[in-house]
Amino acid sequence: MGFADQFWQLTVDGLMVGSLYAVIALGYTLVYGVLQLINFAHSEVFMLGAFGGLFAARGLLPGGATPSGPASVGLVAAGLAVGAACGAAAAFILERVAYRPLRRRSAPRLAYLISAIGASLFAVNLAGKEFGRQNVPVPDLFTNGTLFHVFGAQVSTQTVVVLGAAVVMLVLLDRLVARTRLGQGIRAVAQDADTAVLMGVNVERVIILTFVIGGLLAGAGGFLYAMTFNASYNMGFVPGVKAFTAAVLGGIGNVRGAMLGGILLGLVESYGGYVFQASYKDVIAFLVLVGILMVRPSGLLGVRLGRAA
Amino acid sequence: MLTPARLRQLWVCLALGVLAAVVTGPGGDSAHPFRALRRSVVDPRIGIFIGLAVGLWVLLIAVARLRPLLAEVTAAARARRPVAAALGGPHATTGLNAVLLAAAIVAPLLVSTAAQQSMVNDIGIYALLALGLNVVVGYAGLLDLGYIAFFAIGAYVTAYFSSSSAMPWHAPFVINPFFVFPIALLIAALAGVILGAPTLRLRGDYLAIVTLGFGEIIQLLANNSDEVTNGSRGVFGVPHLSVDLPGIHYRWGIDPLPYYYLLLGIVVVVMIAFGRLERSRIGRAWAAIREDEIAAEATGVPTLRMKLLAFAIGASVSGFAGVLLATKQFFNPQSFSLQSSFLVVAIVIFGGMGSRLGAVTGAVVLQGLAFYLRDKVPPTDRYIYFGAVIVVMMIFRPQGLVPSRRRRREIELAGTTAGASDQLGAAPIGRTIT
Amino acid sequence: MPPRGRASRKGHRMSAVAAAGPADAGVPGGTPSDLVLEARDLTLRFGGVTSLDGVSLRQRRGEILAVIGPNGAGKTSLFNCFTGAYRPQQGSVTFWRTSRRPARIVGRSPHAITHLGIARTFQNIRLFPALSALENVQIGTEVRQRYGSLSAVLGLPGARRQERAGVSRAFELLDLVGLSRRAHDLASSLSHGEQRRLEIARALGTGPRLLLLDEPAAGTNPAEKRALEALIRRIAGGGVSVLLIEHDMRLVMSVATTVVVLNFGRVIAHGTPAQVQRDPAVVEAYLGVETGVDAGGEVR
Repeated sequence: MGFADQFWQLTVDGLMVGSLYAVIALGYTLVYGVLQLINFAHSEVFMLGAFGGLFAARGLLPGGATPSGPASVGLVAAGLAVGAACGAAAAFILERVAYRPLRRRSAPRLAYLISAIGASLFAVNLAGKEFGRQNVPVPDLFTNGTLFHVFGAQVSTQTVVVLGAAVVMLVLLDRLVARTRLGQGIRAVAQDADTAVLMGVNVERVIILTFVIGGLLAGAGGFLYAMTFNASYNMGFVPGVKAFTAAVLGGIGNVRGAMLGGILLGLVESYGGYVFQASYKDVIAFLVLVGILMVRPSGLLGVRLGRAA
Repeated sequence: MLTPARLRQLWVCLALGVLAAVVTGPGGDSAHPFRALRRSVVDPRIGIFIGLAVGLWVLLIAVARLRPLLAEVTAAARARRPVAAALGGPHATTGLNAVLLAAAIVAPLLVSTAAQQSMVNDIGIYALLALGLNVVVGYAGLLDLGYIAFFAIGAYVTAYFSSSSAMPWHAPFVINPFFVFPIALLIAALAGVILGAPTLRLRGDYLAIVTLGFGEIIQLLANNSDEVTNGSRGVFGVPHLSVDLPGIHYRWGIDPLPYYYLLLGIVVVVMIAFGRLERSRIGRAWAAIREDEIAAEATGVPTLRMKLLAFAIGASVSGFAGVLLATKQFFNPQSFSLQSSFLVVAIVIFGGMGSRLGAVTGAVVLQGLAFYLRDKVPPTDRYIYFGAVIVVMMIFRPQGLVPSRRRRREIELAGTTAGASDQLGAAPIGRTIT
Repeated sequence: MPPRGRASRKGHRMSAVAAAGPADAGVPGGTPSDLVLEARDLTLRFGGVTSLDGVSLRQRRGEILAVIGPNGAGKTSLFNCFTGAYRPQQGSVTFWRTSRRPARIVGRSPHAITHLGIARTFQNIRLFPALSALENVQIGTEVRQRYGSLSAVLGLPGARRQERAGVSRAFELLDLVGLSRRAHDLASSLSHGEQRRLEIARALGTGPRLLLLDEPAAGTNPAEKRALEALIRRIAGGGVSVLLIEHDMRLVMSVATTVVVLNFGRVIAHGTPAQVQRDPAVVEAYLGVETGVDAGGEVR
């Protein structure tokens, strides 16, 4: 079968993975927007959320047959909610422990990155110790099967669930940033933190909430990711780097850019993985990253959160 | 007495105690995710950690109480400065260096063979790696997270040139590993320039991510190309180092001691060389770039070229160390994992960025700790401690264990007044919010 | 910074046009020029905002030229075009290190321009705060040194000699600006006025033929201003042309040989201090922003 035959299937798969990258990428972009730094430990927030959601779903799952109907919906919702909560808690603690003390001292940017790397090492390996170092599947929360076809491509229940949940989150986040007072605060801090302080924005609060929102998204995204690819202590790294790539691709600090970047990267990777070898999929993402940084470091949309030029 | 702040402090101490109990407690598995946690926390052992936490809290209060007294003591010590100056003079430094060198010469004779092996593989080679990375991170202020890739390049280049059987892919002629040193050094430096030339224009944190990707790609390539590098099976049978000169024949073998002294010699030479570099116009140019890149450029410092130079020097040291690794022992792509890169970063941070003695001290302490823990914790769990060390250092002692004078000043200035900012840019958010 | 890439081609084309202009543009091998700097038709835009709008100016060798104008007139933008920090969309800048060797400035990187012989100071002092005053100046003097990393590592005699020469030159310059007693103090520990003088010493260390001073008197006291005036005269007397941005009119009127007035990115007047002071266009430009003229200590 040639590429043309597979095109739509690859597109559907790419869209699904891409929507997850987009969800994670938002965490990078939001934090970058308010603090101008890369939250290197974001991938661990994602991982912890995945485990949280997985354990919750497993705990609530009644024994016996695969659930269906409302039970499935409830279980997926519970997994998403607990995953999001765990992600938010992890992001909150991360901000408290690894970032805030440095901010108090107005440390150089390098220090934040290093501190985040330390936190990431700590979290990954602690998770490996507590939860074991093997892949952990999410139990079946619904009967997976082909739901319908699009141009001959099979669309599974799983794909619909993941894509649907991701799109809902993306839309909610977009509304949040564009419409709410908190979103206004985030945009104000992103534009000019010093002035935002003078205008009465509680910058500390905005920073914490930004981390928490990023954590909510990453945690829920982690659960969705684990439904497709299993969970493991080191699951965060690769999607983390890819989501970062997506954020840069769209223009880091730009909310819609991160969404666009995630979807594009998912597609590129899906097509590329078919054309080349699947084992070089990760290389493709890195090459995309390096390529963008060389050619257009400001990304496709380029506009920073709330910044006009 | 028990102000809210104090209570908060107690709470933090207790949280740290529980965390420490979890970290040091038994491991678990995914089938019973909370069993290990429960066993760590619901266990008589927790009493020790709670006790330690309360002890820490009391200590913190005591220190806060005694601070006025301490200030007086230090003031009195300052008054006696002439004495301190005499102790800290150049003679004292030379003396200290002599003592350290003597200790380094004697130390391996006092320990087991297993420890000697560790002193070569874990401490010696990583001290060398840390010295190289220190040029990149400490001097030029660039964060390279794919540093270990150059180490891999050095090792594979050695296998390529010095053996016809170690890898499927090999040179048409075999040369003595000693002659591979300059080749590996040049190839690693070249790889550094090729990677650095386009990426060093980027902002610092982008550079970190791109180098991270480079490290991953190199490891992935080594792992996936069975027909070139033997893939994940690794490289066996690179000959040991040997000297074959008229009159002098010597072969480094299984015994770790000769390798140790060779490494010690190399480390000392590299330390001296980089010390001279640091005090030259090149070192000053790096300091200028670190402190204010725009001003450096306006003062005529070719910033891009100087960064590239630091990058190439660091890479060449890493490649050099790769030769030692290859001739010393078996290696496979796992030897060049991302975590090894992080370990080198941890060593440099822990020892003190920009400090040569710090890089070596960091390797000795962190790797010594790892060796000490080898029977007590699984090797992968060590990284929990390394991670914690990095975060704690960044919070409480960003200048490192043996700080360099310049770096310490920069950190102090950043904390107090306007001014010093890293090459990676000023503090992310203005000083108005605290 | 404005985009460097997109505007570049245009810049080159314009400079080619300028090169075909009148003979006094100093084409290589032509008649020696008595100019040190010539800007032609410089235009610099940031998005929709035009910061410089066809600015042309000339500075003769040895001259102290002052650029004045209300805040936001484009003075610092002009400096940034001369030093390579900004790349103008249009126009050319020519610099003569010696009277027979003109060089195009636009398109060169800042360090290359410093090597050619243009040095600068910054409006909001940019020293290397954690280095000593001596080291700050040394970094300037070492720009002209040639030894590389290998000779530094090996401690070759050439490297050592250059190193010593750099130190003694740095001491001379510290002496010139009256900071030799503070040579080993950290730059950040110096007073504001001392930091301004240290920045001048560092710039002089690079061996410039043209020194750009961006508001050197800002934030200094009257005594320091008098010392600064003398220092600028000494520098110019030593054969270094000085281009000065300054808000302090007393200083400008007493030290400058020629004054150029910018407003809204255009040159509105040009002449001796006395001529410019009487110029009705200048008076008008400054009406309503009069405080900007008087306030000597004003920054930005």
